[in-house]
Amino acid sequence: MTNVDLTWLDYSILAIYTLFVIGIGFALRKYMKSSSDFLTSGRSIPTWVTGLAFISANLGALELVGMAASGAKYGIATAHFYWVGAIPAMIFLAVFMMPFYYGSKARSVPEYLKMRFDERVRALNSIAFAVMTVFASGISMNALAKLLNQLLGWNYHAALWVCSAVVLVYVLKGGLTSAIYTEVLQFFMIVLGFAPVVYLGLKDLGGWGAMNQALEGVATNPGALHLKETGTTYAANAWSSAWQPLLAGPANNPMGVDIFAMVFGLGFVLSFGYWCTNFLVVQRAMAARNMTAARNTPIVAAVPKMLFPLLVIVPGMIAVALTSMPDKDYRIPPPIISDQVYTASAEVVRASGNLDTAAALSAVSKSMGRKMDQDKVATLVRDAGSLSDEEIKKGLYSAVAEYDYDGVILSLVKKYCPTGLLGLALTALLASFMSGMAGNVTAFNTVWTYDLYQAYLAPNKSDHHYFWMGQAATVVGILVSIGAAYFASLYNNAMDIIQLVFGFVNAPLFATFILAMFWVRTTGTGAFLGLFGGIGGSALFHALTIAQGNLPGVKGGYLWSLGNTEVPQTLQFPSEMAQNFWLASFAFIVCFVLTLGISLATKRTKTDEELKGLVYALTPKIKDEHAPWYSRPAVVGTILLLACLILNIVFW
Amino acid sequence: MGLDIRWPIGLMFTLIGGLLTLFGLVTRSKAELYEGSLGININLIWGVILLVFGLWMLIMAVRGSRKGGGS
Repeated sequence: MTNVDLTWLDYSILAIYTLFVIGIGFALRKYMKSSSDFLTSGRSIPTWVTGLAFISANLGALELVGMAASGAKYGIATAHFYWVGAIPAMIFLAVFMMPFYYGSKARSVPEYLKMRFDERVRALNSIAFAVMTVFASGISMNALAKLLNQLLGWNYHAALWVCSAVVLVYVLKGGLTSAIYTEVLQFFMIVLGFAPVVYLGLKDLGGWGAMNQALEGVATNPGALHLKETGTTYAANAWSSAWQPLLAGPANNPMGVDIFAMVFGLGFVLSFGYWCTNFLVVQRAMAARNMTAARNTPIVAAVPKMLFPLLVIVPGMIAVALTSMPDKDYRIPPPIISDQVYTASAEVVRASGNLDTAAALSAVSKSMGRKMDQDKVATLVRDAGSLSDEEIKKGLYSAVAEYDYDGVILSLVKKYCPTGLLGLALTALLASFMSGMAGNVTAFNTVWTYDLYQAYLAPNKSDHHYFWMGQAATVVGILVSIGAAYFASLYNNAMDIIQLVFGFVNAPLFATFILAMFWVRTTGTGAFLGLFGGIGGSALFHALTIAQGNLPGVKGGYLWSLGNTEVPQTLQFPSEMAQNFWLASFAFIVCFVLTLGISLATKRTKTDEELKGLVYALTPKIKDEHAPWYSRPAVVGTILLLACLILNIVFW
Repeated sequence: MGLDIRWPIGLMFTLIGGLLTLFGLVTRSKAELYEGSLGININLIWGVILLVFGLWMLIMAVRGSRKGGGS
């Protein structure tokens, strides 16, 4: 509720970090001699560095904030995004797909598609990717600047522009190399900045077992905390075990997801689609110094990634457990409500003394503009005579029956961190923000320069010219992201629609790639039309289905309301997440079948010779039997998959 | 490529860790500062951990540069 005061010490830590990331940019400036140095790092970076950058680029602020929010809403099952989703996908990328990306000498993922198919597929992929990156960056920037503004009282515009300026300086000076190197530094900053918060939270609760015990209480009666509607109950382990609630069906887990949607939709389609085809992460591996290093990049990344739930999901679970313990004086922050509203509502509380409970509740709720907890409001109204205005406001704050889950991380930081550690944790949050943004910008400038500008607008220019264009694209990319951030802050609904469309574009993508790499017969026309069909399929699926509790419209199901009928029962999903996972599964299947069918009906345009190095069957197998086991991706990947399996069993 | 990233990482964490350790030492008797962190002088403890991590990175960097080249 109150803003925190940062001291000289907190600002010093922030300043030291900023100086170092900018310093890295300047130190690398002298190595930036050509467009490939700037945009692709000239393929010269060691494995452990590209590996840590690989996860750091994905570990934007939204990931941190969002995973903690999901941890609070759904519990340990959120870890499926890691243990079912990311890890197997990363290992698949390392063992099977990296040889084609790296071996083809493509400079970007869209360029691989051009080599494998034709210009149409590349254009479709690169335009979608370029637009998506700057918008995604803008959405995340807006979210973070808003959070810093609301919870710390920082100026929204200053937060947005200063962070962007820092990223701009170090990317402009040192290009992709600089982004990758700072991502490694940011990786350590994020881990070491948040670990003490998790430690203090768990210690406060009395350890892991005590947290689970508290969560069991919450699961059997989530209505008491307003996590779900009153009357909803789950088995006691709904927040604390990963698989059992899921196997019990969508009505028995807070995510509202069934096992097929989880394993096929999230685990296979969405996760493989993201980790194996998104240039933002693949670019890090492509910057490695040789094939072995490139393949080992996702493998190195998988090790810390597997343990990340402890750092990013557990805080959300801690927050729920704390909220359920009245003596801990903590609640998951309510949506931001202005001080004037609190003052006015305190007056309403004082004036409601002679009303009955229900009337008092409705008067106070109306004044606050939020759902309020009945018992807490009743107590507050009863005791109003003996309380100060400040105490009433505090009571109102704790009585708001709605949650702003995105505020979980910062609220824990505020609760536990004394000055000093506070500076470190905030620096970690800003570091995650910058690593995500730099990741987006460096992926954008490469795709723009090589796949759009050089390919269609100005071919056959000097390398010096493309180098210049890469730098210009960096500046423009950041400016457009800032514009997108402002757009997002003004038109939240428009942003929802844009994100929805991105979802449609991304859902079928993995079908195209898997057929491209593993089936020689796939043709350019098949891939192009199949991709379009998949995108159309997801749009249609969205138009016909809806999640229970949502109104037809942006959330789907609008085709039925055009015909003035209800969405049929079979097309209603228990939750939005389930709807999304099924949408992805459907889009994947449509794209897969269409690509397959059209490819069979059309003639191949590329010869076997041209496809060498691009398709599995026509590429000489990499022989690494003589290499030590720890540098063989297939061996280490298998070990990691086993470790991942053990994690799943432990948290069963 | 030219720069061994272990140098900046090591230097930065040594600096920040040192700062937190010093501050933790100076504020040892200020119990009210550490009420939020459960009475633990977390600045001192975590400062030392960061310091050790930073120094370890620097040692690795020095060893790397002695071997020549390795980045």
